[in-house]
Amino acid sequence: MSESKQPSYLEYQGKYKGLFGWIFSVDHKRIGLLYMYSIMTFFIVGATLGLLMKLELIAPGKTIMDAQTYNGLFTLHGITMIFLIVIPGIPAILGNFFLPIMIGAKDVAFPRLNLLSWWIYIIGAVIALSSQFMGSGPPDTGWTFYAPYSFKTTTNMLPAVLGAFTLGFSSILTGLNFIVTMHRMRAPGMNWMKMPLFPWTLYGTAWIQLLATPIVGITLLMVVAERTLHVGFFDPALGGDPVLYQHLFWIYSHPAVYVMILPAMGVISEILPTFARKTIFGYKAIVASTLAIAFVGYFVWGHHMFTAGMSGTAQFAFSFLTFLVAIPSAIKVFNWISTLYKGSIHLAVPFYWAASFIFVFMIGGLSGLVLGALSTNVHVHDTAFVVAHFHFIVFGGVGFAFMAGIHYWFPKIYGRMYDESWALTGWVVFFLGFLALYSPMFYLGMKGMPRRYFDYLPEYHGPNIFSSLGAVVMIFGLALIIINLIRSARKGEKATANPWNGTTLEWTIESPPILENFEEIPTVTEPPYHYK
Amino acid sequence: MFSNLSNIAEGVDNAFLIILSIIFFFLIGLTVLLVVFIFRYRESKNPKATQIEGNNTLELLWTIIPLILVLGMFYFGWTSWKPLNSDPPKDAMVIKVTARMWNWSFEYENGKHTDTLYIPAGKPVALDMKALDVIHSLYIPAFRIKQDIIPGTPRKAWFIANSPGSYDLFCAEYCGLQHSYMLTSVEVKTSKEFDAWYIDTTQTVVVAASPQLAGKQIVQKYGCNACHSTDGTKIVGPSYKGIFGEEITVITGGKERIITVDEEYIRHSILEPDADVVKGYNKGLMITYRDQITEEEINLIIEYIKSLK
Ligand code: HEC
Ligand SMILES: [Cu+2]
Ligand SMILES: [Cu+2]
Repeated sequence: MSESKQPSYLEYQGKYKGLFGWIFSVDHKRIGLLYMYSIMTFFIVGATLGLLMKLELIAPGKTIMDAQTYNGLFTLHGITMIFLIVIPGIPAILGNFFLPIMIGAKDVAFPRLNLLSWWIYIIGAVIALSSQFMGSGPPDTGWTFYAPYSFKTTTNMLPAVLGAFTLGFSSILTGLNFIVTMHRMRAPGMNWMKMPLFPWTLYGTAWIQLLATPIVGITLLMVVAERTLHVGFFDPALGGDPVLYQHLFWIYSHPAVYVMILPAMGVISEILPTFARKTIFGYKAIVASTLAIAFVGYFVWGHHMFTAGMSGTAQFAFSFLTFLVAIPSAIKVFNWISTLYKGSIHLAVPFYWAASFIFVFMIGGLSGLVLGALSTNVHVHDTAFVVAHFHFIVFGGVGFAFMAGIHYWFPKIYGRMYDESWALTGWVVFFLGFLALYSPMFYLGMKGMPRRYFDYLPEYHGPNIFSSLGAVVMIFGLALIIINLIRSARKGEKATANPWNGTTLEWTIESPPILENFEEIPTVTEPPYHYK
Repeated sequence: MFSNLSNIAEGVDNAFLIILSIIFFFLIGLTVLLVVFIFRYRESKNPKATQIEGNNTLELLWTIIPLILVLGMFYFGWTSWKPLNSDPPKDAMVIKVTARMWNWSFEYENGKHTDTLYIPAGKPVALDMKALDVIHSLYIPAFRIKQDIIPGTPRKAWFIANSPGSYDLFCAEYCGLQHSYMLTSVEVKTSKEFDAWYIDTTQTVVVAASPQLAGKQIVQKYGCNACHSTDGTKIVGPSYKGIFGEEITVITGGKERIITVDEEYIRHSILEPDADVVKGYNKGLMITYRDQITEEEINLIIEYIKSLK
């Protein structure tokens, strides 16, 4: 190990000490961890809400709460999970921490802006959550805030909308920061085609954040104007059009799905080569498919509205484009699996997460074909099927990739190793619980059980019991994982600089990294996953 | 799953069959490959990895084959959807559907009114749908039909039910507190049974032992009890219990005033709910029943409310 003059970013003492040394730090690594701690806190809240909902659904009729509470819970669950967790998620945590290191930079292009983004995030979160405690009761509109229900409800939905609006800025600024960082700060010799795949996906993501987020911002402002000033945009009672709201909402919220899943794909593309000791299969194809997803993803939003009564031509076009966007995702899966071919696979926890990611992502993605086709979409739209589908993508995909990533980079972040048998048990329990929780919902949806349902007919009882029990198992697995990581961050064994035998730049520096990452900015000569 | 219960279901289920087959083929195939690779090329079995950068032929193949398959799926999804999007045949029986928080009501060409959808088997039925308050969505899973109903713009749907029976009808679009109770059934009758039911207009007049009981049935039929309880608890609107003859505060045109609940007030509340809004409740939630309810029915409701002491 090289003897360094600089302290690690964890020990470094700047102008401020203790907590202030974190919340006013402009170091991208500390900011990444700030995001992680805040997002994890919200995630525990969101997951608890989800568990409560599942317990309510374990039997028909009222089980543990009344309908109004349930409606409030699924709204809050959706808002926290989507706006506070999955959208910022991987880019804000792992991206912030590793993007500069992986391209050989000392920090992002605008470190102060980066800190500001975190502050905006926290303010947005506080505004959104204040809706729970102030005014006339927690919002009950669902995270989609569909008009005109969102204008009719007497609950306190404005703060939730304003919160989501504020969070948008955090997203836009992070996107901007990352784009500039990648354009301006790559290490000498790292041309675009030598950039690792995780940065590539962050690049695609950043453009979506930058271009799509303003649309939802404006939409949410229109909602505020409509509720307070009674301008008629969306409410038919004021001469507006509810379908217009849905268009504007999904123009953002569909690309937002790619803001969530692209970085997840990036994480997997890092982990597979490292553990297979083998260069990634089809680097260029993966890069091209990343950009293709980011681009085509803008034009498919209408698939959320196949029953809303759009023109036949619009339906035709949206269904067609939706099928096209499936291709680049499929290409990625083929390349990932081929990466394992003739590899020398080191079986360890990050790899198990990555491999199970591929499995759940395939289920999520393939079930999307049912939703892309017009006639089958009409049958399962707004049913439990859709809930299963997007949980497989957003929780299965993004969640599993995050777990893979955190178990992969944990020794780098903290300079310590976690307990592998705990981590393995956590993965097994979580994985089984996850499958038991969401798979029955596909069946329920095919059988016609609508979503956002506080109560259901007795014919849907069986699969619901199974699903609720799955939730309990999964939460148990989650607890194992989190406890293990928290404990190991402080007490784990010291980790070496490159415990997994990775080839990207983050593995060339110390664990934990020094304040400015590199003693000397490296010069890159090899492609990212270069094994001899 | 495969029901064939309506003219639409057949095509949709074929599309399901095709798409699900492709899904399972890929899911199983790729999973097996994944597991085999992990097993076959694990470190202990294969200590030295072979470096493979990629393969253009393969990339091309696994772009083109999936492309063909998705185009196929798109095509079947689209063709089997076309009947859903087509105009109803001229001879279709038209039924007016009104959706409101949280009740469905159906009106037939001869003026019959129901809260359950009665239709003849084998005959095209066209639904002429409107929503009064928020978006609802008419969903009959067995028939593979779903159509959102947007307030302000009427929506249409049509279908032919193939076999007699009783099927669920749900509201699929989240519409607030009682969303999961906004359901009813479709009763498909043979055309003989249906005709007998249809011409029997006596059934529109509720037959019950007393006017109070008749009132109770009407309140249930219109779904008033989704918002009004009879035991004093507040749901979305005030409870009916003991209100008759009481003095209450209402807001009329922005000004508070005290009134006594009498027959005229109840009638007025049902026909023009937003005129006098009970203090503590919101305007715009209860939508007028003017076009749906008859004078006679209102009188029975009044008798019923009077009886709730
Ligand atoms: C979607 C919910 C909803 C439905 C359904 C509904 N109401 Fe109401 N109703 C309300 C609300 C909210 C109020 C209080 C605000 C107001 O006065 O307009 C109210 C007020 C009333 C009042 C005045 C009560 C009082 O205490 O002064 C009467 C009478 C009434 N409704 C009768 C009915 C009848 C009869 C039906 C069915 C035909 C019905 N309502 C259906 C929500 C509903
Ligand atoms: Cu979408
Ligand atoms: Cu409804």
